[in-house]
Amino acid sequence: MRKLLLLSLALVVGLANLAFAADDTVKIGVFLPLTGQNAFGGQLELEGVQMAHKEVGTILGKKVELFVVDNKSDKVEAANAVQRLIEKEKVQAIIGTYGSSLAMAGGEVSEKAHIPQVGTSCTNPLVTQGKKYIFRVCFIDPYQGAGAATYAYKTLGLKKAALLVDVANDYSVGLAKFFERSFTKLGGQVVSTLNYQSGDQDFTAQLTKIISEKPDVLFIPSYFAEGAIIMKQAAELGATFKIMGGDAMDNPKITDIGGKAVEGFTHTTFPYDPSMKNMSAMAKKFTDGWKAQYPGKEPNVNAALGYDAYMIILDAIKRAGKADPEAITKALAETKGFEGATGSTTINATHDAEKPVGLVVIKDGKKIYEGEIVPEL
Amino acid sequence: MNLATFIQNVLNSLTLGSLYALVAIGYTMVYGILRLINFAHSEIFMLGAYFVFWGITLVHLPWPVAMVLAILVTASLGVLVDQVAYRPLRDAPRISALISSIGVSFFLQNVAIVFFQAIPREVYRPSWLEDPILMGGVRVLPLTLFVPLLSLALMLALVYVVYRTKTGLGMRAISKDIETSYLMGVPVNRVIAITFGIGSALAAASGIMWALRYPQLQPIMGTIPGFKAFIAAVFGGIGSIQGAVIGGVTLGFIEIMTVAFFPDLAGYRDAFAFVLLILVLMVKPTGLLGERPEDKV
Repeated sequence: MRKLLLLSLALVVGLANLAFAADDTVKIGVFLPLTGQNAFGGQLELEGVQMAHKEVGTILGKKVELFVVDNKSDKVEAANAVQRLIEKEKVQAIIGTYGSSLAMAGGEVSEKAHIPQVGTSCTNPLVTQGKKYIFRVCFIDPYQGAGAATYAYKTLGLKKAALLVDVANDYSVGLAKFFERSFTKLGGQVVSTLNYQSGDQDFTAQLTKIISEKPDVLFIPSYFAEGAIIMKQAAELGATFKIMGGDAMDNPKITDIGGKAVEGFTHTTFPYDPSMKNMSAMAKKFTDGWKAQYPGKEPNVNAALGYDAYMIILDAIKRAGKADPEAITKALAETKGFEGATGSTTINATHDAEKPVGLVVIKDGKKIYEGEIVPEL
Repeated sequence: MNLATFIQNVLNSLTLGSLYALVAIGYTMVYGILRLINFAHSEIFMLGAYFVFWGITLVHLPWPVAMVLAILVTASLGVLVDQVAYRPLRDAPRISALISSIGVSFFLQNVAIVFFQAIPREVYRPSWLEDPILMGGVRVLPLTLFVPLLSLALMLALVYVVYRTKTGLGMRAISKDIETSYLMGVPVNRVIAITFGIGSALAAASGIMWALRYPQLQPIMGTIPGFKAFIAAVFGGIGSIQGAVIGGVTLGFIEIMTVAFFPDLAGYRDAFAFVLLILVLMVKPTGLLGERPEDKV
């Protein structure tokens, strides 16, 4: 009898839960690094998501509710964060994250729970590989690394390259691998590849070695905080070669922290920057909206990707006609020519976004959008 | 490797090593007196650095004033941490104070994340530090000369305090036997407060130097230098001030020279440091200059 009572009680609770999930709100979870070494990018992306949420707060007549969890730039925390969003908050879709390593850890959980996840700026190919429920609004590392190599070799005519890679970071290793592949294929030579580990702050030994090899260009696929220090130390050690990096270096604060040392630094990024000419209508809308909401603060591509990740989910819900995870997943996979702040996005067979590679150079302490390049893979 | 590159690497090692040494001295002092590994040392280090740059950017103090003030504020904070987190546990088993110090460490780090935000901030460096001096093919930062000298001066001053002053006598007495010191009329709590004050002032000084060398402030900036300095302290013989300096400098040399001579292994230089630490501890468990612990009868 008692067992039966308990069982029925459990059933009632279960039903209540089910009813709650089918409530008149759409629940979207966000997991981003708001603290730790990737906090810089994570916070900007969150601001982009929140701005999009403020702009469009309802879909199919339902209110959209955001649940934000900090993944602390930590792989274990990332998996926990997604677990919490799914089990406790019962979200129908998830946005996140900055950082490929974090996206992979969180993606596993999402995939098992059959909840769609849209990555913001996680560019490692493995993030979506073999996954049914994982998508992203950014392109992938082979594309970006090859873009940097193509630009260095063909546009700038640099023949000898050195690499400084964070071995503990999937993003860094991936970008370096594809830069090297493309650069040597084009006819260039990689004179040395040196490593460091996330969290290191002293790069003098590696830089001294690299300087002695006399490369034309140094490629540093590092995160922003480390990249700025690497460039400062390189300048102190008397480096004169060109330095290039990837999208993780795209941050408005780079000139504050880097000072004179970042002058001339070029990095690949997604096709958005507040300084770009011929901005698309959506990019313009995003930039104006940002400036109205955060006066005195420059938008950047991470904020734009956060914005796009939110919008692309709403777009999928709209096309699906309902906010159930399976329907959202199906609609996301069929996204074609979605117009966002970072250009026109088509989700391809591997669930990655297809869009051109942008180039940003720092001139006179300012970030200048140089244009776009089609990488030679 | 040509001579200029080698000398450059020696200088790189010396800068990094003496920074480790500076942090390690603070660790080793508290340990020497209280047998307590103060994990909050890394966070005191971080706060010290933040205070200076606050003084400069918010209150517009001149450099030297901001630095002295920051050191004083940080020293008081260290004393406060002792009063709140360690003093109530003086008679408890040693592990309780250790756990308490881990708690303080997390607490301060999270407070810093809330108040300063997790995003890295730029550091303003006085211009005379920015420009490297060129000697042949070797580039020397003024800081490269300044930090080892400062570490050495602080070490000598500390050795003087510990071995030549009354407070130092108190410290040594407490380190031998805290209960008997009480009975003999040593003002134990005051001496311990002074120890924490000095230790924290050292942490602040090293935090400031670190921020000047690696110009970026963030709430987690103390963690890695803290760990490295802890290794350096153990390596040199924890509790020994001279040992901390030797340990720190040695660790700096190992890390830089590993990369210089085995560039392929550059990503694993921490592993090299640990392997050496393990080897030393296998041969000489008390560290290079550590004393053999006396058995209490």
